Amino acid sequence: MSTVLIIEQILNGLQFGVMLFLMAAGLTLIFGVMGLINLAHGSLYMVGAFAAAAVAASTGSFLLALAASLAAAAIVGAVVELVVIRRLYDRDHLDQVLATFALILIFSESTRWLFGSFPLFLDVPKALSGTVTLPGGIAYSSYRLMIILVGVAVAIGLFLLISKTRIGMRIRAGENDREMIGALGVDISKLYTLVFALGAALAGLSGALVGAIQSVQVGMGEPVLILAFVVIVIGGIGSIKGALVGALLVGLTDTLGRVMLPLFFANFMEQSSATSVGSSLASMSIYILMAAVLIFKPTGLFGRA
Amino acid sequence: MISERFLNYTVALLILGMALGAWVMDEPFLITLTTKAVILALAGVGLNLALGQGGLISLGHAAFFGLGGYAMGVLASHAQNFTPIMETPFLIEGTNSMPIIWLVAIVVSSFFAFVIGLFSLRTSGVYFIMVTLAFGQMLYYFSISWPAYGGEDGLSIYVRNSFPGLNTLDPIQFFGICFVVLMVVIYGVNRLTHSSFGLALNGARQNAQRIRTVGLNPFKIQLIAFTISGAITGLAGALFADLNRFISPTMFSWQTSGEIMVFIILGGVARLYGPVVGAALFILLEHWLGGLSEFWHIYLGVILLSVVLFARGGLIGALSKKENADA
Amino acid sequence: MPDTVLNIQNISKSFGALKASDGVSLDLREGEIHALIGPNGAGKSTLISQIAGKLKPDTGKIDLLGYDVTKLSIAERAKLGLGRTFQISELAMDYTVLENVMLGALGKRGGAFRFFMPVMKDAELRECAQSAIERVGLSHQMHKVTSELSHGQRRQLEVAVALTLEPKVFLMDEPMAGMGAEGSKMLTSFLDNLRQQAPILLVEHDMDAVFALADRISVLVYGKVIATGNVDFIRNHDEVRRAYLGEEAA
Repeated sequence: MSTVLIIEQILNGLQFGVMLFLMAAGLTLIFGVMGLINLAHGSLYMVGAFAAAAVAASTGSFLLALAASLAAAAIVGAVVELVVIRRLYDRDHLDQVLATFALILIFSESTRWLFGSFPLFLDVPKALSGTVTLPGGIAYSSYRLMIILVGVAVAIGLFLLISKTRIGMRIRAGENDREMIGALGVDISKLYTLVFALGAALAGLSGALVGAIQSVQVGMGEPVLILAFVVIVIGGIGSIKGALVGALLVGLTDTLGRVMLPLFFANFMEQSSATSVGSSLASMSIYILMAAVLIFKPTGLFGRA
Repeated sequence: MISERFLNYTVALLILGMALGAWVMDEPFLITLTTKAVILALAGVGLNLALGQGGLISLGHAAFFGLGGYAMGVLASHAQNFTPIMETPFLIEGTNSMPIIWLVAIVVSSFFAFVIGLFSLRTSGVYFIMVTLAFGQMLYYFSISWPAYGGEDGLSIYVRNSFPGLNTLDPIQFFGICFVVLMVVIYGVNRLTHSSFGLALNGARQNAQRIRTVGLNPFKIQLIAFTISGAITGLAGALFADLNRFISPTMFSWQTSGEIMVFIILGGVARLYGPVVGAALFILLEHWLGGLSEFWHIYLGVILLSVVLFARGGLIGALSKKENADA
Repeated sequence: MPDTVLNIQNISKSFGALKASDGVSLDLREGEIHALIGPNGAGKSTLISQIAGKLKPDTGKIDLLGYDVTKLSIAERAKLGLGRTFQISELAMDYTVLENVMLGALGKRGGAFRFFMPVMKDAELRECAQSAIERVGLSHQMHKVTSELSHGQRRQLEVAVALTLEPKVFLMDEPMAGMGAEGSKMLTSFLDNLRQQAPILLVEHDMDAVFALADRISVLVYGKVIATGNVDFIRNHDEVRRAYLGEEAA
């Protein structure tokens, strides 16, 4: 296998990982601050993608579409937090799972009702539809490269937000001690709505960005949600750093596994069975990675014991 | 208000009466619908052992449901094609005998439940939920990418498997088989609940530290409960596959896990008949609301949300007076 | 010393810069009540956790009945004969008093792996549980749900569960906390007799109870044992008076 192909696959893995990070960061933040497990996070990803597709179709502007995905997901997130989610903070995890599962049903079917069952298409903007030549003469999709850069920018932004700003200070205080933050005179319910909307916006952005390379359809969010869970289990709940490391590990393992494993088995099997064995194993690789982390660190790489 | 035990008998008789009534009126579709409720109830009874009594919120029980289904699919497809499953190192042939298929389904799903439990039970709380969900998803993707048994499209079995002395293609006879299996399993689970093991399992849910302090090992207790739970759900998967004469990766999907959990919450968590009531209610809703609107899942979502937010304890909790231990 | 049942040798445990246990040595002998006292934050809870097996010491060694248990789990230590009660009740709150004590009886039997016979009809277990409940004076509350018990009654229940295990060593973390005067008095006289059955390492804030019961007292301050001795020795110990009994002695 050529070096160029490997580098291209590594970049694809990074791009996938960066997308997972946008999902996982919101989930882990929401869990860290509010103690809530939110299965409906995938629905917010879908909301972002549909909002982007609808706006892009009517205005033709990709930038407006991205802005719409952020705004729509944040608004829907805030409304859902106000109406449903805040009743769940004091409940046990089972109630949280079931209520957010119910939200998935409502979101998915409402979207199907509004937009139909057929996938929508969101086009990659013209300016980014070509390839760029990277050092070493590797041609790589400019759009995917842009996704990686957006992800890196968001990661830096999140770290700055949490370590340098007043809101970040409150978020950190909320993670450590929920009573103390009340004693500080911070309006907790506003902070919670804000954190939830922020997580939702990140999920929506991620949905819109991915929507341009895959199709925009009902049910697109949940597979990504489950991968984001794997990311969080690997990285450790509540840790943004863990989410970043976990997301990149999962992105790279999955992408490289899909390419490498069939090739690897082709060394000592006939082509067709090598492909099926390789791709079956590749589909399991990230879960095996997760199981391995659980053996050594049940609370994840960066999780608190 | 009525006693829970009386309510349980009523539910069992209602289901039996439903099927017999449909049989008398020659409505095979209604019998099949009732059979479906019975099988899904069985899957729920399995999960309820882990979730209700053990406090183990598994969002991956579709794994065992699917494994049971594929155990049936693999054995029956080889029997129908007259090809052995493997020849080396020793010969294993397919079969279309239900009892053997059930045994294989139970063995396979309890083995996987044991292994998945071994990893998942190292964690607790939210981690446990996410890890079980992830392992379920792993088997889902595996079933899609493994081409030998239909891959993404699934696999049809043309003839329902056989049970000695019965005609399984007759809906009422197949219903009878499933109903008896459900009753036997419920009897067993009830005995288990009131046994030494049940006392320790429910104790470990309430306070694992307490269990350790008296010298018992909560991990071992929960692992055994999770394994039995997986075996029951696996058996339900085998019956479900036989009902539809079709298996597909959908059996492994996270929605299936979610639905099995929904049966429990609709009926009542940790109630012996909770999953039975919940599954029956689910089938009713699916049938009625599905007739009203193509988008009946919206209504289902709203109902589920209302039950979680406002009616904890489910239908049995609302109807019977015995205070649920969880309330 | 052949009659030493619990021997804690020079154990240390740090959390970051905080030394919660700093070279602690303690022993517990047959037939005695050894009280462990100290101001809040002295490291009593950390020490108890290490003895019970919830935390592992960074350095040092713990012997229980002649076995090195430093690396054993909570359940393994319980099986060897360590009976423990908690400062904050660790009970199955939805269970009745009887059911909680039955758990102890199960533990004593050595396993919960009977899947079919109704446990509450097991005469042997039930007898064991009921006699423990009687001994702590909870017979009238036997079928009451634990979450409805008063704090004092929960303490009694903790002791009852520990009794079923017929432990060779008791480890009691503030059994008097939350009890009224009546309850404390009753429990004090109960513990007074209990030391004949098995020695007790007692962590307690109620000084009247400590001075009434203890054969020996150890004083823990900032993770260190600053003095060990009988009641009079501790009462008159200068450093103890300064560090701990200061406000009373002044």
